[in-house]
Amino acid sequence: MKKRLIARILLPMIALAALSGCSSIEPWVKPYERDRLADPIMFLDMNPVSSSYIYHVYEAREGARGGEGTAGGGCGCN
Amino acid sequence: MTRTARQLLMATFGRRGREAADVSRTQGFLACFCRVSPVFEPSSLRHWIRRERTSSDSKSSCRKLFAVLALLGLSQAAFASVLPEDRTDFLYHRYDGGGVTIDGPSVLVRKSVGKSVSLSANYYVDMVSSASIDVITTASPYTEERTQYSLSADYLRGNTTMSMGYTNSVESDFDANTYSLSLAQDMFGSLTTLTLSYAYGDDTVRRSDDPTFFRDNTRQTYGIGLTQILTRNMITALNVEVITDEGFLNNPYRSVRYFDPDSPVGYSFEPELYPRTRTTNAVGIRAKYFLPYRAALEAQYRYFIDTWDIESHTGSISYIHPWRDFTFTAKYRYHDQTGAHFFRDLFARSEATNFRGRDKELSPLRSSTVKLSAAYEFISDGWNFIDKGTVNVSLDYLQVDYKEFRDMSTGNPLGSEPFYALDATVLQVFFSFWY
Repeated sequence: MKKRLIARILLPMIALAALSGCSSIEPWVKPYERDRLADPIMFLDMNPVSSSYIYHVYEAREGARGGEGTAGGGCGCN
Repeated sequence: MTRTARQLLMATFGRRGREAADVSRTQGFLACFCRVSPVFEPSSLRHWIRRERTSSDSKSSCRKLFAVLALLGLSQAAFASVLPEDRTDFLYHRYDGGGVTIDGPSVLVRKSVGKSVSLSANYYVDMVSSASIDVITTASPYTEERTQYSLSADYLRGNTTMSMGYTNSVESDFDANTYSLSLAQDMFGSLTTLTLSYAYGDDTVRRSDDPTFFRDNTRQTYGIGLTQILTRNMITALNVEVITDEGFLNNPYRSVRYFDPDSPVGYSFEPELYPRTRTTNAVGIRAKYFLPYRAALEAQYRYFIDTWDIESHTGSISYIHPWRDFTFTAKYRYHDQTGAHFFRDLFARSEATNFRGRDKELSPLRSSTVKLSAAYEFISDGWNFIDKGTVNVSLDYLQVDYKEFRDMSTGNPLGSEPFYALDATVLQVFFSFWY
């Protein structure tokens, strides 16, 4: 009985509360406050063709890979 | 401009209201507003601004536009994502260091089709001329070429961007095909972007001196990315990437050396033998901060660990400073790693361990890179269908110190050779056009 109560009433209530919590999150940086973030110098990847190449160089010269950017297949680097 | 609009502009942008109308920053700003008001297309707005800028009261016109957009921004409850910018890049790259020269072109074209689809294509070539320390001590110098083609498509629906891509890389003795999928979801008024990605790679390894030699590799890449706007001056990102490989993972030409009392030099060589599986885990965080005088500071850190016992810490700091039509970037990057459990510079005897390798990249090592780059915007007012054009020159100076990999080429007695060190320069020159 107790388990059924939890399954049928409490769980949906918790789920609803969680969902309503998500929908009520107000963006604390308003769109009209993003002029600085929209400046090209603030782009995380300002030049994709260049960053893709340099990450490929790092992957070829070091034993680590991933987590920084993306690189293509193949090697050509021994 | 109406009094209300002026007040709103001042209230929203404050002292930066005038700067916001600065056309050099218009593109990014539009992308931001188009998130708020998807009824406006970035390209039509850019053309509108370009036309208006040629009139005598261009600043006033721009301010009017931003005031209207700001009003729409306040009234519009719904937010939407945007596709990447349409741009084309022509890059020449050259790596020179440690007896290896690799250069070639890379061309990246991105163009949107309609309002929801963006296509991109990349053509990339590595022309390799190698007389590296591995090559001169165990083989002969060689030249070869690698050609890579990539295609990708992004489909935008509401706040979701779905992407798929294909990459093909061909060398005389190595082929690679990679298929990728990703899903990016903007949330909380575009403050947060969550990206899930998956890629499957299928490689074929051959030997140029043995036409019967074929080995396969498969590689699966799983990624989760979270980009978060923290304040109006700061954006952060978290990336987790897990890559699993299975198959023939060593280089078919490379050898390990082992102690051999019967050899005049005291050692002999035998082929490498790597484990057939590898799983790597990387967690990267980065933060970029807008400085009060219009410059940017970025810090990045990555922790890496894999099933071959390589563990590494990588950190970097960058400073970006625009000045008139130039943008200058300075970066310092540091990397420190432990070695693979099967790496030895000199094995005690032939077949001393189950797995063996002498690839210097699997040795414990420390590398540091200093980067300087400058970009000059030579088209800023538009020309024909081009909105903006830049030329970039970038130079990286890379220094690697190997902690266990010794330099056999010095001819010193066995065991007393100095540890190998490598200096390399990486030059990039590229033209970029936005349209």
